[in-house]
Amino acid sequence: MITGFAALYIFILAAFVGYEVIGRVPVILHTPLMSGSNFVHGIVIVGAMVALGAADTTPERIIGFLAVLLGTINAVGGYAVTERMLEMFKSSKDRDAAKGGGDA
Amino acid sequence: MRSDLIQLSYLAAAVLFILGLKGMSSPRTARRGIMWAGVGMLVAVLATFFSPHLSNYLLMFVAIAVGGGIAYVAARKVAMTDMPQMVAIYNGMGGGAAALIAANEFLHFGGSGLTMGASFAVLGAVGALIGAISFSGSMIAFAKLQGIIKKSFLFPGQNVINLLVLAGAVVLAVIAALQHTGHLGGSESLVLVAFFALSLLYGVLMTLPIGGADMPVVISLYNALTGLAVGLEGYVLGNGALIIAGIVVGAAGTLLTQMMAKAMNRSIGNVLFAGFGAKGGQELESIEGTMKESSPDDAAVTLAFAQKVIIVPGYGMAVAQAQHKVWELAKLLGERGIQVKFAIHPVAGRMPGHMNVLLAEAGVPYDMIYDLDEINGEFPTADAAIVIGANDVVNPAARDDPGSPIYGMPILDVDKAIQAFVIKRGRGAGFAGIENKLFYADNTRMVYGDAQDVASKLIAGVKKV
Repeated sequence: MITGFAALYIFILAAFVGYEVIGRVPVILHTPLMSGSNFVHGIVIVGAMVALGAADTTPERIIGFLAVLLGTINAVGGYAVTERMLEMFKSSKDRDAAKGGGDA
Repeated sequence: MRSDLIQLSYLAAAVLFILGLKGMSSPRTARRGIMWAGVGMLVAVLATFFSPHLSNYLLMFVAIAVGGGIAYVAARKVAMTDMPQMVAIYNGMGGGAAALIAANEFLHFGGSGLTMGASFAVLGAVGALIGAISFSGSMIAFAKLQGIIKKSFLFPGQNVINLLVLAGAVVLAVIAALQHTGHLGGSESLVLVAFFALSLLYGVLMTLPIGGADMPVVISLYNALTGLAVGLEGYVLGNGALIIAGIVVGAAGTLLTQMMAKAMNRSIGNVLFAGFGAKGGQELESIEGTMKESSPDDAAVTLAFAQKVIIVPGYGMAVAQAQHKVWELAKLLGERGIQVKFAIHPVAGRMPGHMNVLLAEAGVPYDMIYDLDEINGEFPTADAAIVIGANDVVNPAARDDPGSPIYGMPILDVDKAIQAFVIKRGRGAGFAGIENKLFYADNTRMVYGDAQDVASKLIAGVKKV
């Protein structure tokens, strides 16, 4: 458990990291970046699992179940979509190499 | 010991997420980046299974299997042109999950008779509010992008009503927080239900008036909001991985949203609250000149004898699924020794970088694709510029006419090319109802027709020359 001010420090530092990491991303990667960060907040699945794991009444179980369901869709879908997009990004060199080698 | 290992796994996941996003800063490392982030996710999820005092494993497995199955199949099957709505829907799911976690925590504490710490109750409620807005807002964005909702809804006093709904949700959030810290009595579940209802309603109301061309900003914004909501729920759960991943995405998404809004020379507030682009029927100023039409064959001759051609794709190319034909045309011109470049406006399409993805899908290497700042100086030396289904992002009024609603927005200087061809489905104005001066310019020829169809005719035309 991380609580109190320790959590607050992490909060602030993480915000700076997020700003810095994105600072110089070329426009060409904006979509994969957005979809990639979309995948990363799929970590909510972990929180949902903890919530469902602690549920001890029926309403809590239902809500926890839905949370895990939605979180999984976020994580799995986000990953698959990003992977698919990034797979397509190739430079002329890559393309020529793929052509020359026969199998891409 | 076991819980130390779990915490260590979360730490590793957080580091992998950050490295993964860092990898996104170059096309060379991007794929490795997403794989790292994927490993991080796997590590975190596996570690969570070993958390102490966990129950309901069966439900957990079922939820993961069902959700994972649906999401994977959908993500694999969807067409590249539909990527914006897929991103919107996955993002909404994350926001919804964050809101549900908060609901669960409130119920859990309510049921146990214990009170929550003030910071937990407040931040949990804020996270729930943001998550719920992101969920319902993303669903509306999805419906709009998918064409299920075609109209933008505007009515007088809209902003006031929206504000009242939001204020109501905030008040209920405060009440819920006070109840759970033991400061206030009353029915907790009733307040929770009303709170979530208003939060969801606000997300809907906020997104309904926003026009299609503003979607890049909106999707990016909801992405940031979901990140923030996840981070806040991470605080409630005391989970470092959620805090770091959520807040990093929240900050990154905010920056990206600002970049998008800047590319339209508008503030985020203007995008959200001005109902811009949905009004239509702007006052038209008189434009000198007439639109001059050209047949695809005539255009093909000009292209065939050019030395340098710049192609400017827009949303119309996505609608017509013309990217493959466009690349075929570009290759054909390239074989004739003509220099071909693609120029992309940051907000072309319906999400940031939408055009890049489509061109990449067709097989266009990324070193042929140029950003606004890189290419704008080259238009005067281009023998021909082809605009395919783009409109407002090439309107010189944004540069020259201070009275224009889009004045100040950076545009691609297509009008400076020696000859411009505009491939367009019909004669109508752009999404904002603004007449495009480019279409009336002396060096512009309009080629009417479906983008894919025209591209095929251009290919045939060039081959004949």
